[in-house]
Amino acid sequence: MNTTVSLSNIELRNPVIPASGTYGFGEEFAALYDLNVLGGISFKGTTREARYGNALPRIAECGGYGMLNAVGLQNPGVEHVVAHELPRLRELYNGVVLANVSGFSIDDYVYTCERMDKAPEVDIIEVNISCPNVHNGGMAFGTQPEAAAEVTRAVKAVTHKPVYMKLSPNVTDIVAIARACEEAGADGLCLINTILGMRIDIRRRRPVLANRYGGYSGPGVFPVALRMVNQVARAVQVPIIGCGGVEKAEDVVEMMMAGATAVEVGAANLVNPMACKEIVERLPCLMEELGIEKLTDIIGIVR
Amino acid sequence: MCYLETNKMIFTILSNELIAKHVWRMRLAGAEGLPIRSGQFVEIAVPGQYLRRPISVCDYAEGVLTIIYKVVGVGTDAMSQWQAGQQVDMLVGLGNGYDLACAGERPLLIGGGVGVPPLYMLARVLREQGKQVRVILGFNTKDEVFYEEEFRALGCEVEVTTVDGSYGTKGFVTEARLDEGLRNPCSTYYYSCGPLPMLKAVIGHWGEQGEVSMEERMGCGFGACMGCSIQTKEGTKRVCKDGPVFKTQELKTL
Repeated sequence: MNTTVSLSNIELRNPVIPASGTYGFGEEFAALYDLNVLGGISFKGTTREARYGNALPRIAECGGYGMLNAVGLQNPGVEHVVAHELPRLRELYNGVVLANVSGFSIDDYVYTCERMDKAPEVDIIEVNISCPNVHNGGMAFGTQPEAAAEVTRAVKAVTHKPVYMKLSPNVTDIVAIARACEEAGADGLCLINTILGMRIDIRRRRPVLANRYGGYSGPGVFPVALRMVNQVARAVQVPIIGCGGVEKAEDVVEMMMAGATAVEVGAANLVNPMACKEIVERLPCLMEELGIEKLTDIIGIVR
Repeated sequence: MCYLETNKMIFTILSNELIAKHVWRMRLAGAEGLPIRSGQFVEIAVPGQYLRRPISVCDYAEGVLTIIYKVVGVGTDAMSQWQAGQQVDMLVGLGNGYDLACAGERPLLIGGGVGVPPLYMLARVLREQGKQVRVILGFNTKDEVFYEEEFRALGCEVEVTTVDGSYGTKGFVTEARLDEGLRNPCSTYYYSCGPLPMLKAVIGHWGEQGEVSMEERMGCGFGACMGCSIQTKEGTKRVCKDGPVFKTQELKTL
């Protein structure tokens, strides 16, 4: 069984990558298992300056289908991440590291990506233009093809590392945005980020989240993510990291058949901290069951 | 067998019973020798719900875990239906727990409502260390009162307060007379757990020589999602991982 896949000529030992924002910088999970089983790690979304994030509560239950989060990009800022978190992450993990970067202006993205370009621990830059939980930024760049292309071009100009644009599902036509990123030079795409959602506390007659709205993730979003991955895969040539509601090895295979080269696992890490390890361990058995010798053989076979 | 700090494991329900209005006690059998400390919590998987439910540890001894929870929503309502013999998937060993080193000889424990349970294991351990433990238990009304006798059985001095005066001393925990004449904020160390307004009152009344257990809506419960972060004098802290117990001096005005 061969589980290796490649993203822009960077080999991953398997397609399983914990998604940004659900895995910190790996430390909490390294206490539970050896991180080196993972194909890659996308670490906590990082911005130019440190951010505390949104008011509490930031989390809402969605009755078995998933959860809402409105954390709001809490992070210690790029200087701290580069100086402290990345060397520590490298001690824990020798595979592919994806730097998830967010910003509130083109300047922010450029600044943070330049810092990540110089960080030897970073292999791939994943540019988040799709955070639904912060105002005046993040998702604003991911909902217009021209704005998405502008961020892509600006970031590509300051790094030789592969740039993957992380796309928002909160758009009318994700294919147009994917194409705009590809044309602007993106080396790959990652989709989907969370779907904007809401819950109301019917006893208190007010939103559960202090931020009112939050990003919906968990198994309930999987069919939406799969559909978007498939639509985009049929329209672009660059590799896709599929993300959204993945919680088992079967979901990884399904995402890959839809067109993903690698697969991110997000919310599942929060309810089952062993999720990524269990998926990686199950993959070879599942491949045998399905008659798959090389995982790369199934990428996008369902057109 | 050597256990990690945090463990995902299966426990089997021994009993699940109503002990006060909307308040249930569940006892579960699992592995012995887990590194579970007083003031820590567990995250319980509830079938049909996505997020685990964080519940404080009331006691853990000889492989038996006791939790006390209040039915406040669909998750805890589902838990109250569970029967003996049923298996429960949980994460154990979460959070920092109380700092026993600060207790002194006459520690004061102040609990309110479902903030009472984590103080039980703390009281037991402090009693085993030979400390004189004084406990104030605050409730809204008589039919919500629980664990008064259990704390007495440990050899603690106990005073119960109820807001409506239907049982024990009338008023909030700050009305308790247990420590009258003894109160000297510099020499008395306290441990407290309860709703935020009570914690504010406790800090206002007993000062900064103590520690309190905070409660926030959580995502993961083990420090990964940043869902429960609060701002303290020492920067941003995760209630689940850096807490839930915080030194009073560390907290900004609650």
